[in-house]
Amino acid sequence: MTIAPEEKTIAAAVTGMRPQHLTVAADAIRSYEATRRAFLKGGAALGGALVVAGIAGPNGEALAQAPGANLPANPGAFVRIAPDNTVTVIIKALDKGQGVTTGLTTIVADELDADWSQMRAVFAPADHRLYNNLLFGPVQGVGGSTTIAGSWLQMRKAGAAAKQMLIAAAAAEWGVPAAEIRVARGVVSHGGRQATFGQLSAKAATMPVVADPALKGPGDWTLIGKDGATPRVDSLAKTSGQATFSIDVRRPGMLTALVAHAPKFGGRVRSFDAAETRKVKGVVDVVEIPSGVAVVARDTWSAMKGREALKVTWDFAAAETRSSEAIMAEYKRQAASRGLSAGRRGDAAQGLSRAAKVIEAEFEFPYLAHGPMEPLNGVIERRADGGIEAWAGFQFQTVEQATVAAICGVAANQVQLNTLFAGGSFGRRATPTCDYVSEMAHILKATGYRAPIHLVWTREDDMQAGYYRPMVYHKVRAGVDAQGRIAGWEHRIVGKSILIGSPFEAMMVVNGVDATTVEGANDTRYDIANLNVEVHNGREGVPVLWWRSVGHTHTGQVTEVVMDELAQAAGKDPLAFRLDYLGKAPRDAAVLRLAAEKAGWGQPLPAGKGRGIAVHESFRTHVAMAAEVTVDGGKVKVDRIVAAVDCGIVVNPDIVRAQIEGAVGFALSSVLRNRLTLKDGEVQETNFDTFEPTRMSEMPKVEVHLIASTEPPTGIGEPGVPLVGPAISNAVFAATGKRPRSLPIDLNQLGGA
Amino acid sequence: MLTLDINGRSHQIDADPDMPLLWAIRDHANLTGTKFGCGKALCGACTVHVDGQAVRSCSLPAGDAQGRKIVTIEGLDGRVAEAVQASWRKLDVVQCGYCQSGQIMSAIALLSENRTPSEDDINNAMDGNICRCGTYVRIKAAIQDAARSLA
Ligand code: FES
Ligand code: FES
Repeated sequence: MTIAPEEKTIAAAVTGMRPQHLTVAADAIRSYEATRRAFLKGGAALGGALVVAGIAGPNGEALAQAPGANLPANPGAFVRIAPDNTVTVIIKALDKGQGVTTGLTTIVADELDADWSQMRAVFAPADHRLYNNLLFGPVQGVGGSTTIAGSWLQMRKAGAAAKQMLIAAAAAEWGVPAAEIRVARGVVSHGGRQATFGQLSAKAATMPVVADPALKGPGDWTLIGKDGATPRVDSLAKTSGQATFSIDVRRPGMLTALVAHAPKFGGRVRSFDAAETRKVKGVVDVVEIPSGVAVVARDTWSAMKGREALKVTWDFAAAETRSSEAIMAEYKRQAASRGLSAGRRGDAAQGLSRAAKVIEAEFEFPYLAHGPMEPLNGVIERRADGGIEAWAGFQFQTVEQATVAAICGVAANQVQLNTLFAGGSFGRRATPTCDYVSEMAHILKATGYRAPIHLVWTREDDMQAGYYRPMVYHKVRAGVDAQGRIAGWEHRIVGKSILIGSPFEAMMVVNGVDATTVEGANDTRYDIANLNVEVHNGREGVPVLWWRSVGHTHTGQVTEVVMDELAQAAGKDPLAFRLDYLGKAPRDAAVLRLAAEKAGWGQPLPAGKGRGIAVHESFRTHVAMAAEVTVDGGKVKVDRIVAAVDCGIVVNPDIVRAQIEGAVGFALSSVLRNRLTLKDGEVQETNFDTFEPTRMSEMPKVEVHLIASTEPPTGIGEPGVPLVGPAISNAVFAATGKRPRSLPIDLNQLGGA
Repeated sequence: MLTLDINGRSHQIDADPDMPLLWAIRDHANLTGTKFGCGKALCGACTVHVDGQAVRSCSLPAGDAQGRKIVTIEGLDGRVAEAVQASWRKLDVVQCGYCQSGQIMSAIALLSENRTPSEDDINNAMDGNICRCGTYVRIKAAIQDAARSLA
């Protein structure tokens, strides 16, 4: 079998996919051999068309765009300066609210010395040759709070090189030395002469590109890190109903499709009866696809009514039929025996044998739905030239492009993906299996490509058709010696791996240990001499996925609650106790001190109120949070959250603050009440009544304090989330003497101290 | 055939009267600023004004909206709307933005009736509008800012 070169390249790109967000990215560059192995393992999961491309050689593109590569400046790919004096930045990453459209535009604008008012942004086409995530390898996609960290140098170079071209154009036009030309706030000048970017744009485009332009230093930045200098570029569109999400795409003749999914995971269609469905006004077609039965109609309401009338007989032979309780019971049985070694320092067992006080703590975490406000959806059609065009909040463009190509039987370069604003993701749109994008392509194909298809998932589909934060069980035995020092810490984790069985397995799973299950526990920044972390992988048939901050959603809770308990056992102040173990982690110590100071740590609170603190690093960003709570009649009300953040150089301070505020709002309901449960294998929660996100009246006051830093920028979309649970849990303990461990907090289940 | 007055224009819509107003607005009138979040009056993403009141359009049959004045985010005008949108922009409230049409419609309905809302008034008026991105701190601040500018 021969394949087109383009197909080969795409497949090679998929093989090199590095979900760097899954781990602390210190070990950025891995060998080509590892990349190749990952591909060989992962190809099958992505569809047969890709398997053949494992032959891509070591001199291929995968290496040319290796992670961390310092590529030559490519302003043509990222910056467009138009005669009308607008400057448009091409955004290679999905913006699902985290603000990268503004962030990447800020970086370019600063190097370019543009005026903020002339800046615009558009989303890049899917093209891994130009727009790969430099922290993932040769694949376009975002996740793991990598966008600013991974684009920082690339975007600065693009802006700086574009400025050099404007200067060169002015120098040629005016016959003056380039070195004497100044650029400020969108104006190029020499003595009394000046020109706008727009006036110089045509000539600048003909100037040579400097591969390694000089970059500005922090002292010369006019936008980066400057409060108020860079209002969000999407504010106007998103406050006037004009921003286009994929749910808003309208194509001529477009039909809307809903899919009836099996009510148990792993269920398959045995047969279906669409007679009643076809009688529903507006229903156009009913087709079977691998994941269920699609009802295709002229509008969403008709498709909903049609789906309600559909009778499907399911085959549950291979389906998961247990309840979440039964699966948790199985986890607890597994935790009784030794697991795979995920990290070891010193000798925990021996340390514990010397302990004066030992605590044994169990933590349970439920499955959680992501619940992005915009339900999953996308539009797809066949173009007149035979190519495929699709619109969605694409998050793993290269994989999604390859998947659509494989299903529709075209080359990947015949698949045009239009990435639009996404109404939230929280990890849900970064699905290695491309679940909903595959459905789009399958329905288009099954309906004979006769009309554009808009696949829409309802909220019930979002809750019930899969991909959740894994259910997890932790068991910790830890103790302090007679001096109140940590003597040993044994830690067992049981949960389903996100990566085993996915295309990332070979890359991110070492000796059976999935980094995303143990991150934040096996690499804790606390200097604990005797630590032993083990893991058992759950094997249930429930689809699991990264959920905003991934493994840190549970390891942060466990580590920070146990630290609080150890401080209590040692008779020490929780802040001072933590600082004793952060001598080698100065950035964590600094955020912890700052949060404590701003929160008024140590100052008394009225009865019924409590203050708790936590610190955790994730995605190379250091965050501490102090929470103040009121506990009244078994109900927890969070009054105030004070956060301190070190994410390196801050590009947009207000967006960093917004992401921490948002992390609190997002995580709070998972701390207070959210759980997704299975009965006989069927998800019990259906909508925002039974899985209720945080509402305004519950939202605490949030203060965010930023550490000034000269370190390279790191992510901010996720790192606030892991702190919300432990800061609140520790505050509840301070208020009540009851020690919450599991999430969501259930005060009725807790005994006294 | 239904006749709906949306944003001061009469729309002829070929649908049964039981179709929720949301889908008449989005799929038939092709005004997509009003969003679908839950379909069950639980999230407020679909909030529009019907005769000046904030209404969850996903749960109002289009037939019942006939003969009433429907305003969507695209049809806003007037001092309160301008003040609310200006405050939203000034404070950079939005993140993903998907809930924000509904939030803004609820906020305008609140401030149209109550120019000096207390914090409790704001919570009561806005608690039906979910923001999964958690922008509540700023939504509240923007409503307070708009109230000040209208005073
Ligand atoms: S879509 Fe109407 S309230 Fe959620
Ligand atoms: S801004 Fe994303 S749901 Fe509100």
